[in-house]
Amino acid sequence: MENLIALLIAAPLLGAAVLLVGGRRLDAVGHWIGTVLAAASFAVGVVLFTDLLGRSAQDRTLTQHLYSWIPVEGFQADVAFRLDQLSMTFVLLITGVGSLIHLYSIGYMEHDERRRRFFGYLNLFLAAMLLLVLADNYLLLYVGWEGVGLASYLLIGFWQHKPSAATAAKKAFLVNRVGDMGLSIAIMLMFTTFGTFAFGPVLGSQEHPGLAGDATGGKLTAIALMLLLAACGKSAQVPLQSWLGDAMEGPTPVSALIHAATMVTAGVYLIVRSAAIFNGSPDAQLVVTVVGAVTLLFGAIVGCAKDDIKKALAGSTMSQIGYMVLAAGLGPIGYVFAIMHLVTHGFFKAGLFLGAGSVMHGMNDEVDMRKYGGLRKYMPVTFATFSLGYLAIIGFPGLSGFFSKDKIIEAAFAKGGTEGWILGGAALLGAAVTAFYMTRVMLMTFFGEKRWQPDEHGHEPHPHESPRSMTIPMIVLAFGSVFAGGLFSIGDRFLNWLEPVTGHAEGDSPLSPMAVTLITTALLVVGVALAYAQYGRRPVPVVAPRGSLLTRAARRDLYQDDFNHVVLVRGGEHLTRSLVYVDHTLVDGVVNGTAASVGGLSGRLRRLQNGFARSYAVSMFGGAALLVAATLLMRAV
Amino acid sequence: MNPVNYLYLAALLFTIGATGVLIRRNAIVVFMCIELMLNACNLAFVVFSRMHGNLDGQIIAFFTMVVAAAEVVVGLAIIVSLFRSRHSASVDDASLMKL
Repeated sequence: MENLIALLIAAPLLGAAVLLVGGRRLDAVGHWIGTVLAAASFAVGVVLFTDLLGRSAQDRTLTQHLYSWIPVEGFQADVAFRLDQLSMTFVLLITGVGSLIHLYSIGYMEHDERRRRFFGYLNLFLAAMLLLVLADNYLLLYVGWEGVGLASYLLIGFWQHKPSAATAAKKAFLVNRVGDMGLSIAIMLMFTTFGTFAFGPVLGSQEHPGLAGDATGGKLTAIALMLLLAACGKSAQVPLQSWLGDAMEGPTPVSALIHAATMVTAGVYLIVRSAAIFNGSPDAQLVVTVVGAVTLLFGAIVGCAKDDIKKALAGSTMSQIGYMVLAAGLGPIGYVFAIMHLVTHGFFKAGLFLGAGSVMHGMNDEVDMRKYGGLRKYMPVTFATFSLGYLAIIGFPGLSGFFSKDKIIEAAFAKGGTEGWILGGAALLGAAVTAFYMTRVMLMTFFGEKRWQPDEHGHEPHPHESPRSMTIPMIVLAFGSVFAGGLFSIGDRFLNWLEPVTGHAEGDSPLSPMAVTLITTALLVVGVALAYAQYGRRPVPVVAPRGSLLTRAARRDLYQDDFNHVVLVRGGEHLTRSLVYVDHTLVDGVVNGTAASVGGLSGRLRRLQNGFARSYAVSMFGGAALLVAATLLMRAV
Repeated sequence: MNPVNYLYLAALLFTIGATGVLIRRNAIVVFMCIELMLNACNLAFVVFSRMHGNLDGQIIAFFTMVVAAAEVVVGLAIIVSLFRSRHSASVDDASLMKL
């Protein structure tokens, strides 16, 4: 069975290689090659999953050693994979949702002449992400990490003829580099502290704590914080969140892939995988929870103000990932729920994005929700699946989001003390805001009167349902959004599945689970009601009103770009400018000054060589006189 | 007679020779001035030899004469060939080697 693990990665990697090297002769079948290979990877995942289920809980870690990558004395890096419950969960999510998105893209990208290349990139994305979650040491994980960064760059900037897409891709790449630097520093620190970066020795297992368990505070905290920085970059957490909104420039399936199955989940994976390191450093955990809480509110507020349907959903992703990071920062109380929310979120967020893509597909790629309205009549399937995703994300009782998000809120309260109240309060507030912005998206898109107008060429959009290849993935994902949460939670199945890897602890919460559920549901109703009062009962203006101070701030992503511009860009410019100044004046000054003074001196000395014998004679006499004088002087002294 | 007076004479001759070398343009005259300086030195050597009571200075004076004779041969040959090629014996005219 172990030998199948490499196949998981090999299938999409082969697809990427064939599609990108194969050239135009594969244009006709390229999308099918990509989809079939993604699905093949999923099939292998299912086989491995059933195999794992057949084993006892302690025996569910499979490892495959492919070859020694860097066999140097004292520095051993192997290409080795580890498949345990945690990576299995990710494999199924990545390949499952990934395959659905592949299928969807066949219809969505039908009119794009570079569709084959698109599928090549999608396969590359899957392969990189699978490498990331299957790696058995941090260095190999880093390779996958960088691969994800590369694939996201290629896909966000897929329509590179649009300057905005090219810029967004560059931005995503650059912001991610900051996080990547954190990961590389973490790996270096790990090597100097532990002498290795393989998962086995560093992290150990539940029964046998690894090197991280014995390490001392300061270095462990440094490693944990650097890992957090890496997670912030990939998972779009404050302060490295600014790339996510712009990443919407990519084709919609890419957004779905980035937000649901790959990329942004990598940060959460990293934190949960490195649980042994974070457990040893309460300070770092506190920072993680703060980052999560701030981001979940940040994303939610931004999501409330955006009129671009994809950007509203992007804000929502940021916020939901914030929940996961918050849960991961809570330690063993939260790890399982972070991953559970990640999986349910994978379903409903992929469904929502594919739904948004379906709406755009029918509306001539219009993204402004103020120009939608009343679409439920025209797109019944999209409406139905989107609604189920919507109910799941706001945490409607009984659907996926309800189970996973409630657990996180409970866990936040269970942290105890003032921290528990603050984090739990933030999570509750986030739930209310989530209900508000998602209801807003629903109402503006599918309800009310139609608000679309002919474009500048006089073409009026004719909203229509999307082809079967697009609706089927949406339906499958809608099923996941409805049932996944219940399936995971009833009988604590997910908890029992993941506990051997992540460990689990019960906190003692000041609020009973029932009370948390009731408060969450009450806040959910409040959020929905507020949104209905504003967008359901009154007609939605086609031109956005000026809005309050907060709305205007949120439309500009709470000034994240302005902040980055003023602090980082301008600071950087000042720094480089002063460095250039120093270079020009000081460094060049010394060099040029030396050259000029030598040149000037020799120019003056050259005049002595005038060719007249008598002037040479004067020099000789002068020199001789000086020598005599000096000799006499020395004798006198 | 006080031998120091001969030294004064030698210094005077040397100074005249040096001045001649520096201010005269005619190569023959410059040459003669150099001879004058050499002979001033010879005089000084002989005087010192007498003052110190040994013969070292006189031997060196002979050496100087031999070298001066050889130098005259070479120097005059150069001056003659210079004059033949340029029709001038001015040392300032022979300044081709300046930059």
